[in-house]
Amino acid sequence: MPTLSINGISIEVAPGTSIIQACEQLGIEVPRFCYHERLSVPANCRMCLVEQKGAPKPVASCAMPCADKMEIFTDSELVHKARKGVMEFLLINHPLDCPICDQGGECDLQDQALGYGFDRGRYLENKRAVNEKYLGPLIKTFMTRCIQCTRCVRFADEIAGAPEIGLLGRNEMVEIGTYVESAITSELSGNLVDVCPVGALTSKPYAFAARPWELKKTDSIDVFDAVGCNIRIDARGPEVMRVLPRVNEDVNEEWIADKSRHAIDGLLLQRLDRPYVRKNGKLTAATWPEALAAIAARVKGVDGSKIAAIAGDMADAEALIALKDLMGALGSTNLECRQDGGRFDPANRAGYLFNSTIAGIDQADAFLIVGTNPRWEAPIINARIRKRFLTLRENFKAAVIGSNLDLTYPYEYLGAGPQTLADVAEGRHPFAEELKNAKNPMLILGSGAVARPDGAAIQALTGKIDVSREGWNGFNFLHRAAGRVGALDIGFVPGEGGRDLDGIFDGAGTGAIEIVYLLGADEIDMTKLGRAFVIYQGHHGDAGAHRADVILPGAAYTEKNATYVNTEGRAQIARLAVFPPGEAREDWKIVRALAETLGKTLPYDSLGQVRRRLADAAPVFLSVDSVTSAGPASFAAAGTVADMPFVMPIENYYMTDAISRASPTMAKCTEEFGVGGQSAIGQIGTGTHG
Amino acid sequence: MLSDSDRIFTNLYGWESFGLEAARKRGDWDGTAAIIAKGKDWIIEEMKLSGMRGRGGAGFPTGMKWSFMPKTSDKPHYLVVNADEGEPGTCKDRDIMRYDPHKLLEGCLLACFAMGAHACYIYIRGEFYQEASNLQIAIDECYDAGLVGKNAAGSGWDLDIYLHLGAGAYICGEETALIESLEGKKGQPRNKPPFPAMAGLYSCPTTVNNVETIAAAPTILRRGGAWFASIGRPKNVGTKVFCISGHVNQPCNVEEEMGIPLKELIEKHAGGVRGGWDNLLAVIPGGSSTPMIPRDICDTVLMDFDALKDVKSGLGTAAVIVMDKSTDLIKAIARLSKFYMHESCGQCTPCREGTGWMWRVMERLARGNARVDEIDMLIDVSKEIEGHTICAHGDAAAWPIQGLVRHFRPMIEQRIADYHEVQLSGHRMAAE
Repeated sequence: MPTLSINGISIEVAPGTSIIQACEQLGIEVPRFCYHERLSVPANCRMCLVEQKGAPKPVASCAMPCADKMEIFTDSELVHKARKGVMEFLLINHPLDCPICDQGGECDLQDQALGYGFDRGRYLENKRAVNEKYLGPLIKTFMTRCIQCTRCVRFADEIAGAPEIGLLGRNEMVEIGTYVESAITSELSGNLVDVCPVGALTSKPYAFAARPWELKKTDSIDVFDAVGCNIRIDARGPEVMRVLPRVNEDVNEEWIADKSRHAIDGLLLQRLDRPYVRKNGKLTAATWPEALAAIAARVKGVDGSKIAAIAGDMADAEALIALKDLMGALGSTNLECRQDGGRFDPANRAGYLFNSTIAGIDQADAFLIVGTNPRWEAPIINARIRKRFLTLRENFKAAVIGSNLDLTYPYEYLGAGPQTLADVAEGRHPFAEELKNAKNPMLILGSGAVARPDGAAIQALTGKIDVSREGWNGFNFLHRAAGRVGALDIGFVPGEGGRDLDGIFDGAGTGAIEIVYLLGADEIDMTKLGRAFVIYQGHHGDAGAHRADVILPGAAYTEKNATYVNTEGRAQIARLAVFPPGEAREDWKIVRALAETLGKTLPYDSLGQVRRRLADAAPVFLSVDSVTSAGPASFAAAGTVADMPFVMPIENYYMTDAISRASPTMAKCTEEFGVGGQSAIGQIGTGTHG
Repeated sequence: MLSDSDRIFTNLYGWESFGLEAARKRGDWDGTAAIIAKGKDWIIEEMKLSGMRGRGGAGFPTGMKWSFMPKTSDKPHYLVVNADEGEPGTCKDRDIMRYDPHKLLEGCLLACFAMGAHACYIYIRGEFYQEASNLQIAIDECYDAGLVGKNAAGSGWDLDIYLHLGAGAYICGEETALIESLEGKKGQPRNKPPFPAMAGLYSCPTTVNNVETIAAAPTILRRGGAWFASIGRPKNVGTKVFCISGHVNQPCNVEEEMGIPLKELIEKHAGGVRGGWDNLLAVIPGGSSTPMIPRDICDTVLMDFDALKDVKSGLGTAAVIVMDKSTDLIKAIARLSKFYMHESCGQCTPCREGTGWMWRVMERLARGNARVDEIDMLIDVSKEIEGHTICAHGDAAAWPIQGLVRHFRPMIEQRIADYHEVQLSGHRMAAE
């Protein structure tokens, strides 16, 4: 443990700590451009120079490891002179276009120029200009502003696993570029904008839209996948302008995927902003009392067993518990949250959670990925696995059963279907030995793998693979839907004698089910609802609204205070950033109002009371922001497994839900990368990037 | 003056064949196994005793550098020979490889043995096609004769030598950029620490040495470190190949003892300055990156590391560039500035941005199209680059300009005054 002094303050640090990290521990600010905690250290910007006693020249604090008895000064005249020099060099070829630059107000160069810039320029020569580059529909470039810090290059190389950009050329003509002009094929490309310290890479959809100081910032949770990324929603007036990641080491570190970031323009389009009632086969605008009365009229006298409810992917826990209580009051047990047709035992909590936790990936040493494409179903989890690969390198062991895709790390492709899974489970496959010998093995079962008639059997089969160790549960179920685990924890599943998804479809076909309540469920086959009376509660005019007889306009995730449980079983709270448009209301309030109209008034009037009810229903809602462990998983053998290959559930990463389907930006991405194009489906390869 | 018996590079002019047979007659590969039999520690001690300082320009003691290699390690060790000779004015390694390659190869074996390396890479400048060809022939001869390969020269040490041609970037002569380039990456210098002796080529312990350093080692070890140390001045010992070019009557490479007076070097070996010593204006004593010295210093200065350092210049690669009074010094330095701008790797800020700035100002100074206070600004900019960069390229770009201003500032001011006079008279005529 080296002990050194910084500005006369003594500090003991862990071996390998760099000077800049030691400074941060002491709260001493050191300016930097190229240095980023999560990327490799090139020490090329030279902004973080500090004085080391005895050294002939200033040292780059980001690259210099702390040593015993070092004496560092971060505030001396030598240091200021050096930094001022570097700042002057950075500025001579940087355009003075801050007033029209989207980075203005949150630009590292701007901020640090305040501290280290001269008050006038001495550079009388012509400035350099650099051609724009095309990096796809999400990233806007203004390469003249680039200060060649190479953060983007390192992010693409290291985190995203898409080594497609580099520093081309030399001397003052160096440029960041792709050499052959092409869009960055990564689901994490939006983060390039975040890591860029200046306005060289900015968000294309957000171009010239707002200034940071005009925005109201709300900490919230992302719902485009089941990872539960922590985000910050920046809104101006009624409009969500952009979404940025928030740091949460246990979940998303500081990255978010492109859909989470850029699908938000879909929040302005195709919105349901008032109730509708179908009259004479046509949806007509109605008032809330009219819509609720229309439902009451239809429900009146119908037996509870003829009513069913299906919850969609983005349903929040508050709305789910309210609807469950209402259905209970009406005497219905026909509840289903697995709108994708997933079959597994919902009573077995460990069987549907990502038990090792996302942060647990950092300890894992062998991965078996079954029936999932994590790169699309959970890009952040995939990036975390890649991070593990970068640490372990040749000791990294991974295998895939399912589709052979480029996952940005190397893996062994075992096979396409359950037969291979059975071979591994029963120890016939050599990879079974790898898992057995691993200290912290991880088995990742995709939600798509159990969305088939033999789903429960497949889940039970994976359960046979021994991946638990002392203090380690290696069984991981990877969900795609943000609302799914919350719904399962609440018990939004068929109750005593209730019908599951297929049962509801059958009943609707035969007339045994007369009323179906869709809580944001758009991804089901609407034709299977037969002649049932459909109530659709949601925020977008998508498939569900199209089929509905009554539409109750709800709130999107940015417009309500709501709880979501991610695939690990971590309850997190999304907060209201903007108000729902028009007549739309928070979802639990809609259910509450409907219940009152139906004469089944629910026993809560405030969000606090709903949350108390939630905590009664499932203890996970008591401990927000932390993972409630489910204990070891145990599976009962259930039926036989059919020999058909696993099918990847996502065909187009950019359009998976009502919001992203309405988003023009996501449409552009779909056009650019094509359906199924980005993950190189069908390409024979082992994904040996990096 | 160096006596013929003390010369190391006895075929510097290519009067004899570069082949193995001729090299053996000159004494190369003589008793190599016996030297190796004396052990690693003996070799390193002898190199330390010899006082040899690296011939690539920085002058770091060679024996000490070799001793930095870890004694025990589970990683392979490497010797990398820097044959990417690109410093303007320098052409010593070129002639060594062209005419005396076996000296280098024998040195490679001895150095590799001393540092526990079984592989040696010679990174040769891409433009040196003839030299690479000769060197490859020599390597092949060595393999055929059993001097390199398994049980090299009967010493019991296994050694493989690989020749790698660079692609013509000056910066790849910087040792860590050279390593990057050798690894197949873009030639950009690395941060130090870690130093190559800890993590160099493929993150393994590596020593990078100049051609001349390695090529001199066999003779030093054969004749003893004390012999080498007896030539020259304390701390600046041994023989050195000087490259004399520019306005002299007979430009040449010559091996001389360290510390020979500059005037003697030029007059004796290069046939004197064109038009006589009095016609001398300035000399760049150690390759383009060292600051120039004016005639009055040239009269007395000795050619070694410390003497030149005392006059705020440096020995560098000992490439003496002589400029007589016909030279436009400002233009000459502007041209060097352009070179350093062009060859900057573009990685770190001060060098990337600063070299272009300095070149542009120099171009204007060469015409006189500037203000006098811009000279001070130029020096300030050069100081902002110097010492703030990852490698020494920034320093190398700054020093020639600092040297020019230090000694010839009145000349620059005169140029500016002349320019403005011409401009002004033009205006006057137009007004009349």
